[in-house]
Amino acid sequence: MSEILLINLSILILFLPLAGFGVVILFGKRFSKLYLFEQGIITLAFILSVIVAVVKLSSYVNQDILFAFTWIDFGNVPMLGELKIDLGIKLDNLTVIMLFVVNLISMLVHHYSVEYMKGDAKYNRYFAYLGIFTFSMLGIVLTDNILMMYIFWELVGLSSYLLIGFWFEKDSASDAGKKAFIVNRVGDIGMFIGILILFATYQTFSFDAIYEKISMGIIPFDSGAWLTAAGILLFMGAVGKSAQFPLHVWLPDAMEGPTPVSALIHAATMVAAGVYLVARIFVMLTADAMLVIAVVGAFTSFIAASIALTQNDIKKVLAYSTVSQLGYMIMSLGVGAYAFAFFHLVTHAFFKACLFLGSGSVIHAMHHEQDIQKMGGLRRKMPLTYLSFLISTLAISGIPLTSGFLSKDGILAGTLAFGSLTGHWLIPIFGFTVAMMTAFYMFRLVILTFHGEPTDKHKFDHAHESPRLMVYPLVLLAVLSIFIWYTPNPLAPNQGWFLSSWVKTPQTVVPQDLRFEFMQSTETGTGIVHSEMYEHAMHWAHYPAMILSVILAGLGILLAFMMYQWKKISPDKFAEKVKPLYNLSLNKWYIDEIYQSTFINGTLILSNFLAWFDNTIIDGIVNGSATVTRLFSRISGWFDNYVVDGFVNFTAFFSGFIGLSFRRIQTGKVQTYIVFVIFSVLILIILL
Amino acid sequence: MIEVGLTHFLVISAALFSFGIYGVVTRKNAVMVLMGVELILNAANINFVAFARYGNFGLNGQIMALFIIILAAAEAAIALAIVLNIYKTFAHVNIDEIDNLKE
Amino acid sequence: MEGFPILSLLTFLPIIGMVVVLALPKKLELGIRYTALVFTGLQVVFAAVLLANYNYAAAGIYEESSFQFIEKFRWIEIPGVSWLGTVKIDYFMGVDGLSVPMILLTAIISFIAVLSSWNISKSVKGYFALFLLLDTGMMGVFVSLDFFLFYVFWELMLLPMYFLIGIWGGPRKEYAAIKFFIYTLFGSVFMLLVMIGLYFSAMEVMPDGSKVFTFNIIAMMDPSNFTVEGILSPFNPNNYRFVAYLALFVGFAIKIPMFPFHTWLPDAHVEAPTAISVILAGVLLKMGTYGILRISYPIFPEITRDLMYYIALFGMINIIYGALCAMAQRDFKKLIAYSSISHMGYVLLGMASLTSTGINGAVLQMFNHGTITAMLFLLVGVLYDRTHTRGLNDFGGLATQLPVYTGFVTVAFFAAIGLPSLSGWVSEALVFIGAFSVESIRTLTMISTLGILLGAGYMLWTLQRIFLGKLNEKWAGLKDLEFREYAMLVPLTVIIILLGIYPSAMLDIMNTSVNTLVDFLAVNVSNSASIGLLN
Repeated sequence: MSEILLINLSILILFLPLAGFGVVILFGKRFSKLYLFEQGIITLAFILSVIVAVVKLSSYVNQDILFAFTWIDFGNVPMLGELKIDLGIKLDNLTVIMLFVVNLISMLVHHYSVEYMKGDAKYNRYFAYLGIFTFSMLGIVLTDNILMMYIFWELVGLSSYLLIGFWFEKDSASDAGKKAFIVNRVGDIGMFIGILILFATYQTFSFDAIYEKISMGIIPFDSGAWLTAAGILLFMGAVGKSAQFPLHVWLPDAMEGPTPVSALIHAATMVAAGVYLVARIFVMLTADAMLVIAVVGAFTSFIAASIALTQNDIKKVLAYSTVSQLGYMIMSLGVGAYAFAFFHLVTHAFFKACLFLGSGSVIHAMHHEQDIQKMGGLRRKMPLTYLSFLISTLAISGIPLTSGFLSKDGILAGTLAFGSLTGHWLIPIFGFTVAMMTAFYMFRLVILTFHGEPTDKHKFDHAHESPRLMVYPLVLLAVLSIFIWYTPNPLAPNQGWFLSSWVKTPQTVVPQDLRFEFMQSTETGTGIVHSEMYEHAMHWAHYPAMILSVILAGLGILLAFMMYQWKKISPDKFAEKVKPLYNLSLNKWYIDEIYQSTFINGTLILSNFLAWFDNTIIDGIVNGSATVTRLFSRISGWFDNYVVDGFVNFTAFFSGFIGLSFRRIQTGKVQTYIVFVIFSVLILIILL
Repeated sequence: MIEVGLTHFLVISAALFSFGIYGVVTRKNAVMVLMGVELILNAANINFVAFARYGNFGLNGQIMALFIIILAAAEAAIALAIVLNIYKTFAHVNIDEIDNLKE
Repeated sequence: MEGFPILSLLTFLPIIGMVVVLALPKKLELGIRYTALVFTGLQVVFAAVLLANYNYAAAGIYEESSFQFIEKFRWIEIPGVSWLGTVKIDYFMGVDGLSVPMILLTAIISFIAVLSSWNISKSVKGYFALFLLLDTGMMGVFVSLDFFLFYVFWELMLLPMYFLIGIWGGPRKEYAAIKFFIYTLFGSVFMLLVMIGLYFSAMEVMPDGSKVFTFNIIAMMDPSNFTVEGILSPFNPNNYRFVAYLALFVGFAIKIPMFPFHTWLPDAHVEAPTAISVILAGVLLKMGTYGILRISYPIFPEITRDLMYYIALFGMINIIYGALCAMAQRDFKKLIAYSSISHMGYVLLGMASLTSTGINGAVLQMFNHGTITAMLFLLVGVLYDRTHTRGLNDFGGLATQLPVYTGFVTVAFFAAIGLPSLSGWVSEALVFIGAFSVESIRTLTMISTLGILLGAGYMLWTLQRIFLGKLNEKWAGLKDLEFREYAMLVPLTVIIILLGIYPSAMLDIMNTSVNTLVDFLAVNVSNSASIGLLN
């Protein structure tokens, strides 16, 4: 199969879901069966993506396939020369794997939703939204440049907004949608400024072109700090989308959306886009940027896991575990364990989608009951759901023979190696603690939901295994959570095809002095990815990490069984002992409240103040100047009336007055006049 | 014996003029006013003749005096006619009360 | 096309329409409406013809020969007025890449505004007559190349606007109308002063070799046309160019409207009838920025360069301040008016960058804001027609009752928020790209990006308050869109989506001119510097 054909196929895959969206949104009202069109389209897209992935990974495994076109041509721009904005597609191994994962989960969720959403008033529209989501997500995956990634990044945000707020009649749902979009925007602003930095320096958005120039030693504004800033700012986009601290608050709320949506968007694919972004920009990250990323990831995974310990809503627990696992991936990229991060992204996508769809199955069976304290014993009623849920739980807890064990172990080894090389031991400590917490809260979830005795007898009696169309995705995803798909040796992920031939850590391109010491190469210019020092540390960390993580996970599971299955330890009493910590966890570290009282209220107060300011001061000045003008006009009117006109009248009056007074002399008597004449003559004579 | 000179004539003339003025200004009867005017005119006549006699003006003074006499006669005729008309209109000749042009 | 006076036709077609409207009997309301529709429709057709014959490669800006569709003849000529010499005013029209997008915008928006005025019932004849007169004024501003002619059209548009707001407006229409009128007139006075100052400073060479004072904007761009002693001449060591620039800028800034000269806008918008709000936001605001690009920039390049930081600063203030004020509003129309202020800030920011990308973005944003905000006001009007209220808190859950309407609102809102794939984003992104590449205004640009966040905040909040949640039972009987409303909303939606996906359709028109303008500014500044005109 030729490269052109691969490109054309992937463009087709990209636009198929968009066509589905367009057709269903425009005509969905008239034809109630139109969702079947969307189903067909997504199934076709999946089949095509399998073909593309297989061909790429077999025939072109070490070769990237590129396609670009000019979107905007500015011609010959003064001072810069030719300037164009190109968009394009890049097919590398990462892309095709993601293509497969996204289309697979999207297709499963489409099929699953047919049953899950049955009877909803906006049935067709739901599938249209799924279509536009799939389109946007595929866009992120396929792009070869950061601008196009931003475009689809925002579109994903839109589809997420639409789907979280799908049941917008509920205020909580519309609130959650809004919150998700706005919180994501915070991160996007950072990402956008990062993009601006890159474009201002390189006049291109293409990843490859940018990296080539960085490797030639051209860095933004001739300062390493700006390169670090660019990395961190781009990472901010991931902080938003992948729900990293401090922008993780939207993801738990996003569970207001339909559960299949949570599985597709808020667990498996969209939230992983942030990780994908960091993987894409991995090669341009400086040591400082990587450290920031590692710390953010580690802290996020810890904080989310600590909150998940006490939540009682089945979806909330899964949401926080998603945040925690995403933190793992981010942390893994930060410590340089690139391949394991991506590996975990893929494995996590499968088992977390399975968990969410499983929870959806449970919620469906329990008539939209989500509180795990009101469940229990469902194992008997829903065996297939239980089994797949259990396998996925084992995977997320990192128990051997599962896919999760392989990827998680790699990440933990990576942190351990990082700690040993740089002295940042806090990161592996966070990592291992979280591993134990994860095992604990996941098994708490399983036990409370499926084991023991039912707490709500009425609902339990009506519970039943879900229809086949809902169960088959669960089983398929559970099967994909087993090690065999990734490596023949369940203890050595490195020996598998996934890590040995498909996904390899790329060479970093940042200048030598901005890299971690262990990433510096002895040869100038080119150089190897990781120094021997690093390889050595990884090798050393492998077994300790594996053993430690299994022990910790086992401890976590044991604790969960002690508390909830065998009831040896009373969770309530334990909570009483660590009351402040328990409350902190239960209330999600009060982060929402802090944001509410600072940022949100602050903005609202500021905006109200400015509106007042605008209305009273600025407009007051305008109206005031109008009033002053009116006042002046009144004064000048008065002046005109009384002074100017008065003067005129005064002149007349004065002459009248003079006339009147002279009139006295004019007696009309000739004799008087003669007297005057004579006296005047006399006076004249005397004077002369 | 005192020589009669210019001064005597002038004094006489001035006295006559003054009587005339007094008559014009103080009398209310129009006829009396006219008589005052005659006195004034004749005072002027005396002056003209006196200056003609003592000055170096030839016969100009006498001629002017003759003119004035003729003029006075005409004036008296017209003025008396007016006075008669005033009398016809107002039934008196008190000039203080004849002020119709005033105001 | 050679010799065909298409620009005059475009400009005066509405006047012909006005005459027809005036000739029709008062009772024939439908006839009057259709007359207005036909004439604005013809205007759109001619605008399309103009675009079809437009040469994308010709730059315009400072070179008279590369303007297109030029119409130039003597309009007023008074020979030998004592010391003034010959007074000569040209009827001079022509277009380049800056004006063509505005002409298209004016034609489209006018047509749609007629559609949205269909339900006007009070004195239909007077309304449409004034409306068509307004249309002529707007079109004239965008095609004039003679300052005097420009000023005539600029003022011509004021009067009908005053009456349209003052007679057909809301409860406080008199206040709003007079505020708008006086505020704009206040700015016009400055413009008039500068215009006269420029007239007495610039001389144009006539075909017979004599030199006469000129109102020709293009002649004013060439420093060699200035007399030595003119008060606005760069050769005069005691010139008043700086003051003149500020005065002219204030004149234009009031129209944009730029903080702190913006308060007439919310009042005018709230009181004006829907169609007039559409015109006001869609076209009138662009006249300010267009004037700056057409007149202030090329005539005063060196001062533009000196003041770019402050232009960007005010752009930033507009963006942030407008967005924050919008957030606090409780009236749908007022909210959109403030969002307009915020969005015009992007235009200022892009212009201030003096880069190709920035100014391209600014001009594109002018067009995009014209379509998006027009659509927003139309949507407010649609809702107001049905409910007679604009209070944001009076609604709730309308998405259930009016799904199609909600769909259009969502498109318009997300376009305003700057969602990629819709037109607003492209121009905003270009503005930011351009502004960020200039070091002196980089920080301002970074702060300005907060505008995208705040924009999302107030728009989504509004969307939620009006359309989401439980349906307010009061509105259970509302009907969804009718045919006429589709006819006005669909074209705008198509434009918004099309320009979001393929912005080159618009950018290619303006790009050559914008590049030339940027080049002209850079070259002229360095020229003036080299001859010691800059200190």
